[in-house]
Amino acid sequence: MKTFYGTKLPNPLMLGTAQYPSPAMLEKAFRESRAGVATVSLRRESGAGQTFWQMIRDLGVLVLPNTAGCHTVKEAVTTAHMAREVFDTKWIKLELIGHTDSLQPDVFQLVEAARILTDDGFQVFPYTTDDLVVAERLFGAGCEVLMPWGAPIGSGRGLNNEYALRAMRAEFADVPLVIDAGIGLPSHAAHAMELGYDAVLLNTAVARAGDPVAMARAMMLAIEAGQLAHEADPIEARDMAEPSTPVIGKAFLS
Amino acid sequence: MDGVTLWSVIGAGVAGLTIASELVSRGAKVQVFDPGGPPGAHGCSWWAGGMLAPWCEYENAEEPVLRLGQGALDWWGTRTVVHRCGTLVVANSRDLPDLRRFSRRTHGFKDVDQPEIAELEPDLMGFPKGLFFSNEAHLDPRRALLDLYQQLQSEGVVFHQKLAPSGLKNTIDCRGLHARETLHDLRGVKGEMLVIRCPDVTLTRPVRLLHPRMPLYIVPRGNGVYMLGATMIESEDSSRITARSMLELLSAAYALNPAFGEAEVLEIGVDLRPAFPDNLPRIRRRGHVIYANGLYRHGYLLAPALAQGVADLALENKHSEMVDEDRA
Repeated sequence: MKTFYGTKLPNPLMLGTAQYPSPAMLEKAFRESRAGVATVSLRRESGAGQTFWQMIRDLGVLVLPNTAGCHTVKEAVTTAHMAREVFDTKWIKLELIGHTDSLQPDVFQLVEAARILTDDGFQVFPYTTDDLVVAERLFGAGCEVLMPWGAPIGSGRGLNNEYALRAMRAEFADVPLVIDAGIGLPSHAAHAMELGYDAVLLNTAVARAGDPVAMARAMMLAIEAGQLAHEADPIEARDMAEPSTPVIGKAFLS
Repeated sequence: MDGVTLWSVIGAGVAGLTIASELVSRGAKVQVFDPGGPPGAHGCSWWAGGMLAPWCEYENAEEPVLRLGQGALDWWGTRTVVHRCGTLVVANSRDLPDLRRFSRRTHGFKDVDQPEIAELEPDLMGFPKGLFFSNEAHLDPRRALLDLYQQLQSEGVVFHQKLAPSGLKNTIDCRGLHARETLHDLRGVKGEMLVIRCPDVTLTRPVRLLHPRMPLYIVPRGNGVYMLGATMIESEDSSRITARSMLELLSAAYALNPAFGEAEVLEIGVDLRPAFPDNLPRIRRRGHVIYANGLYRHGYLLAPALAQGVADLALENKHSEMVDEDRA
């Protein structure tokens, strides 16, 4: 497994901490998911979420703070600085929203904020689209990890553009790539891993499931299955059947 | 004292007053301490929605909320005015997946279409589908608190406008978030609400508008006054409302009916709901003190069950499911 700014993840699942019915449920879901990383939003819980933040620290996993809800470079940079103080980490998941309804990343501001934060010593995990040119610009801005979207945040639509995500994987074979956003089902998460992605970040699919704890386990199993499958070199799809038993000696030619 | 135990309830919010009322109804002798005086803006229960909506709440809460909450309608019905008009849940066309999800997560409702919605609430326009929870109710939380306060006084309960003296025996601590120095797993969850006046719009029952980012409920208070609520933020800063929250609350109201754009903003409320990690209330007995706390966003819905649990423990030494610690 590739490292994320030198850190090896214990497990390729990154799980968000928003929208659970209760902190107790969040904790149970984390235990069941065995997620290696917890993402946490600072903006909506700004100021004095001390008790909640302590709960996140007490999960005992790596914390990846994010800038969810930020629409400008300035907001994102300020939030990142706050996150560094609160969680004592250089990691920041950089989210810069460009469109209110689709929550699509504003990639122009993303590149600018990534450069500012990298220069300031942060290790940036940019939430981006599947655009290869933007990806290059993000590397230029100092990013060593990319988090392309599967589909819009919270939409649960899975991998919307498999072609583009395959192209991205092939183009940046050595870069840690994380599918971030759009996962609704375990099959989506397994799909991402089968494509060779290094990790999957999800939140709504677990937090808003009828049984978040069971869904957390389902996601964990799917991600493990997808990862194993990728490493096992799956067969190619083909148009005609390929008999799995020998055909020699049988009258297969007419 | 004629051998009768005097119970001291600390805190005159919804927890303290319901507990005092339940104890008195079972024949106990009670006094209440609250340095803030009679119910008012200093307590977070003043800022509640007052929805008695166990089936709607069950959508995002654990089973006890549904079961324990159902008794609240009758409990309050004998003590204050309860409006049994049900709850209407609606969503815009684009958010129908949220409505379907909501309907899967709970029960006790009837699917309603546009004409049925118009029949229930003629001023709600443009919602293709909804859910009607006919067994739910709402009350005016301020009136409910003042009604309890007056009833308790008429029943001989003395209210002391001061801190409770230390060393009191038979104490019931209902101080909400102020009890955090002893209840270490208690946290505050920020809630923001608005009271608006808009006589142009008539709604007769609580309406919930589902939205992936800014869900809203609106509760009619009568005479064109509505309460809009409420945000749920894992923050313990209760100083003031943020522009974002206010914008979201008002935008959602505007989406329900554009006439809300002309509403007067009467009040802005911000407070912290006391909550335990699973967002369910707890009763704990330590020595002479019984702690009753953690009503979270279910103050009026779960206070009667909490009060019954406290009275069971205090008077009959019976342990309800809310008791998670007993070191008498």
